[in-house]
Amino acid sequence: MNTIPLEYYLVVGAVLFTTGAVGFLLRRNLLVLLMSIELMLNGVNLTLVAYNRHYPVNHGGQVFAFFVIAVAAAEAAVGLAIVLSFFRLRKTVRSDEADLLRN
Amino acid sequence: MNEIGYVNFAFFGLCTLLMLVGGVITVAAKNPIRGAMGLMATIVGVAGMYLLLSAEFLAAVQIIVYAGAVVVLFLFVIMLLGPSATSAKDTRDWSARYLAAGVFLATSVGGMVLLFQSRLAGSAVTELGAAPRGLGTIEGVGHELFTTALVPFELSSALLLVAVVGAVAVARGKQPDPTMLPQASHDGVSPTEKKTAAKEGVS
Repeated sequence: MNTIPLEYYLVVGAVLFTTGAVGFLLRRNLLVLLMSIELMLNGVNLTLVAYNRHYPVNHGGQVFAFFVIAVAAAEAAVGLAIVLSFFRLRKTVRSDEADLLRN
Repeated sequence: MNEIGYVNFAFFGLCTLLMLVGGVITVAAKNPIRGAMGLMATIVGVAGMYLLLSAEFLAAVQIIVYAGAVVVLFLFVIMLLGPSATSAKDTRDWSARYLAAGVFLATSVGGMVLLFQSRLAGSAVTELGAAPRGLGTIEGVGHELFTTALVPFELSSALLLVAVVGAVAVARGKQPDPTMLPQASHDGVSPTEKKTAAKEGVS
């Protein structure tokens, strides 16, 4: 037994995804919400790369993880711009305060 | 288990520790700067896992893009916002949030327990064999990227361009474009004064 079994990676990725999702549901700070999204994307990426290692005929999983990283970078840039714009409007970063369209 | 196996397991344990501790810090830290540091630890741990999974190119991309760009962007915004980036403790509406998070946590922990019972208990784990040559190298990933995944690759460049322009447009706010202002005339009124005067006239 030289290598680590596949299931270990899957469990670690699932735990990371769960951490991010619970943080996304619990916290009310917009910056922490964006960071939780990054945690979830990293958990999914780990799963993709682990399955690619299990089935190494082509690089499908790794290429998909590459695109996920690109989308995550774009999402972080636009999300942080929205946070800045929202802060300019409301002087806070709490997601509770984002109720301009409520009534 | 030989020595290489022990080294592998020690590295795997170190990366797991980095990832999970960093993830918990990210989610639980009151100060977002500490959260960003936890996110950095998580990203380094995931990059170590990529190395173990023979995805060297992705490990380098992970460090460069995430640790080098995304976390630094977070830190820039946190420091731009200053002390107001740390939101005060909120008491309103807490029950629904804790209920949702609890339901999600219970579901995923239950799923993982089921997985343990079915797969890991009977030591019926999936052993990963030796990686084929060229898995995860720049040549391998690049060949895949420029043959079968060419169209999504080109589309991702468009996505990044739109994201750059969109981020600038959203974060810039409503600032008057100096080229669109009325030209400074010879009556000694500055363009901004003229603009405010025009606004008041309209409203």
